[in-house]
Amino acid sequence: MLKVIDSAIPVDCWSCAVAHNESTLFCPHCSKIQPPPGGDYFSVFSLVPKLDLDLGMLEHQFHKLSRKLHPDRFARASASEKDWSLADTALLNDAYRTLRDPIRRTEYLLKLHGAEIGEEHAGKDRGGAPEDRSSSLGSRKDPSRVPADLLEEAFDLNMQLEEMRMSKKMGDSDPELQSSLEQANKKFNDMLNEVDRDLREQWQVWDNGEEAARLEAQKKMVSLLDRRRYINNLVRDVTDTLSN
Amino acid sequence: MAAEGRVVGIDLGTTNSLVAFMEGDKPVVIPGVDGSNLVPSVVALDPMAKDARPTVTVGNSARRTLVETPERVIYSVKRLMGRGLEEVQSELKFFPFRLADDVEAGEVPRIQLGEMRFTPPEISAYILRQLKRNAERFFGSPVTQAVITVPAYFNDAQRQATKDAGRMAGLEVLRLVNEPTAAALAYGLDRNKEGLIAVYDLGGGTFDISILKLRDGIFEVQSTNGDTHLGGDDIDNLLLAIALDEIHSEHGIDLRQHPGAVQALRKSAIDAKISLSAEQSAHFDIELPNGDRYQREIPREVFEQLIEPVLNRTAGPCKQALTDAGITPEQIDEVVLVGGSTRIPAVRKLVDDLFHLAARGKKPHIELNPDEVVALGAAVQADILAGASATTEEMLLLDVTPLSLGIEALGGTVAKIIQRNSTIPASATEHFTTGVDGQTNVAIHVVQGERELAADCRSLARFDLKGIPPMTAGLPRIEVKFLIDADGILQVSAREQRSGQQSQIEVKPTYGLTDEQVESMILDSFDNAEADFAKRLLIEARTEADSILSKVHQARTNPAWGQLRGEEISAIDAARNHLAGVKSGDDLNAIREATIALDKSTHRLAELMMDAAVTSAIRGKTMGEAGEQLNEEVTAPHPMAPAEFK
Repeated sequence: MLKVIDSAIPVDCWSCAVAHNESTLFCPHCSKIQPPPGGDYFSVFSLVPKLDLDLGMLEHQFHKLSRKLHPDRFARASASEKDWSLADTALLNDAYRTLRDPIRRTEYLLKLHGAEIGEEHAGKDRGGAPEDRSSSLGSRKDPSRVPADLLEEAFDLNMQLEEMRMSKKMGDSDPELQSSLEQANKKFNDMLNEVDRDLREQWQVWDNGEEAARLEAQKKMVSLLDRRRYINNLVRDVTDTLSN
Repeated sequence: MAAEGRVVGIDLGTTNSLVAFMEGDKPVVIPGVDGSNLVPSVVALDPMAKDARPTVTVGNSARRTLVETPERVIYSVKRLMGRGLEEVQSELKFFPFRLADDVEAGEVPRIQLGEMRFTPPEISAYILRQLKRNAERFFGSPVTQAVITVPAYFNDAQRQATKDAGRMAGLEVLRLVNEPTAAALAYGLDRNKEGLIAVYDLGGGTFDISILKLRDGIFEVQSTNGDTHLGGDDIDNLLLAIALDEIHSEHGIDLRQHPGAVQALRKSAIDAKISLSAEQSAHFDIELPNGDRYQREIPREVFEQLIEPVLNRTAGPCKQALTDAGITPEQIDEVVLVGGSTRIPAVRKLVDDLFHLAARGKKPHIELNPDEVVALGAAVQADILAGASATTEEMLLLDVTPLSLGIEALGGTVAKIIQRNSTIPASATEHFTTGVDGQTNVAIHVVQGERELAADCRSLARFDLKGIPPMTAGLPRIEVKFLIDADGILQVSAREQRSGQQSQIEVKPTYGLTDEQVESMILDSFDNAEADFAKRLLIEARTEADSILSKVHQARTNPAWGQLRGEEISAIDAARNHLAGVKSGDDLNAIREATIALDKSTHRLAELMMDAAVTSAIRGKTMGEAGEQLNEEVTAPHPMAPAEFK
């Protein structure tokens, strides 16, 4: 069943009435839990936005904050504290889920900086998506962004996949086609690794570079992510077809 | 801990239910008045009280009436929880129950039980109330808060129905915990383990697999998967089908026409299944209505071939869970087995193969009783929530949502907004706008599941965003926040951002009861009045004493009485006289002890009576009556599995 929840944001601490910075999970004065702060996912972990994160440290922070925020710790608290614990923990979990994954993290940070990125990971980070769902959902798989150097290969691969599906449907086995697809799979996986290496290089530029270098890195990452998404879909199609 | 602050842990199972609590630093199961830890999840209307408002009985006593008055008994109600009319209708093909005639589409289905009708949450509430009373009897003080376990693969509606049942039983449900996760908590208590754990939970009716990461006392679920229609019942059905076919072809008798006989035969099938876990062979030996005997030897080898397809259905979910967690079988450090069906050697072999255990010199964990481990874990979670114990102070459970949450988009496709295996609480914010000038409503359809089309997913709710200020199409910006809470249940809020107005949402759950309906179904509201508590305990104890005294009195005319030995009869008489003596006094404990003593002295008598009833059903003596009431198919699951294994 569904229920309506409410979340107003006071500026003063609800408990001790001392005014505090809005982006804080606990009142710096009385340590009581606060309504969800307005900052980005990085600020949940008190991190400066950057791409090369220490994941061990992130997990440690996640556990530490979970222990303090989780609704299990507020089972017998007041109704508002319960609500805030729920909303804060949801924010913490959403933030952790996004930041711990290298691709989601990159997409998220780039979007924070105004980049327009495709929809590989449908999720809450859809800030830039058109609002009319009827049009936004119809065009979610944007076919216009096929990387030029992959056009021919992708075309051949799709032909082979179609052939494979047909022959599987008929119950035939085609060892030659099978091994050709396996080779293609390996090749595209290698490409993925290559893209990931390139992405990591750009992370360093973004994390450490000057404003101009950052902008350049941002552009490169957007196109790398597009390329990655495309190759990833191909790999998925091949894996699905081979395993079915 | 203050007595009124006690939180109990409840395993509300398909076949059996249990209640447990933390005694010091150890979870223990609270036994019922008959001394048994397991309360069969069976609810019956007492046939004795046909004139007045019928009394509801729960557990072993309800189960005993199953053969004689099957139309007044319901079991396995967990399979009906949170389900719509159509789903229940297809489920009822496997049950001997009838739906009330006047249920309309969109309403929560009601089951006809004797002359009364109950929704599935109401039936569950009776079971919960029995567990609550067992705990109150044990503590001598009221119990009002509980943690209840649910299959990890339960959807939103099934979870909400379980919470509603708790409320009807007078329990504040502090948390719903997933069964496999609860099992991990029970195992994780006495060791300071770190690593990856897989919990394989094959129960009577459901299968769950969960993969958890343990670190610093934090139990973080990585992924979960399962099948809400896969369990020991399916194995029983296979054995039953073979026996029925053979009886038909060899003796020319179609037992399927005789519901009582099918139930009795199922009991034999369950006995055979259980003995095959220890023995190399089991046999059926059943007397048929025409006096013939059906005798059949089942070697374990044949049994294992028979059940292989059923067991193999657990492999897919296990592999998917590993993939979703991004790990290989070799990375799993420990495997925990939960559920009665994991006693089957072939299940253990399958688990061994799936996780490459023997090859790595490992064995699955079976140290805790697989029937009790979920309740024990629920007690641990209850203690965490009560927040007053040093044992569980450092422990925290981070669970996930088993199914993706999505919104129906144009063309009936699903736009996923929260992916499965996301840690809960989890949230997603979506923006909506209007398509027509001046439009003031936007309709949203929320679904749960992995399929691409909304029609193939589970419909959770439809709702209208109302009161949108009239504007040019596409101009309003309505922000809708979806939040899955720590119980795995969805909450929604919305606001129109351009005008700053909070939009009104009228949420209509696709399945489920309204708040008002739940309110009206709350059992005995006096139940919670603390002042009357001692009085109530005394009255209940006396009622129980009366009930057992009258049953013993009636049993004297039962043929089974004649089979008792002389010393058994005199033991019963002594216990009976003692109870009759103390029952009008005010000494609560004396009445209880005398009641338990009488109950114990009549155990063999009860068994003899049960056997006699089963045999007479096989012979067709009660079939005429039962046949009219029931329309049972062969595959009906049956609660006659023994409450405890030897």
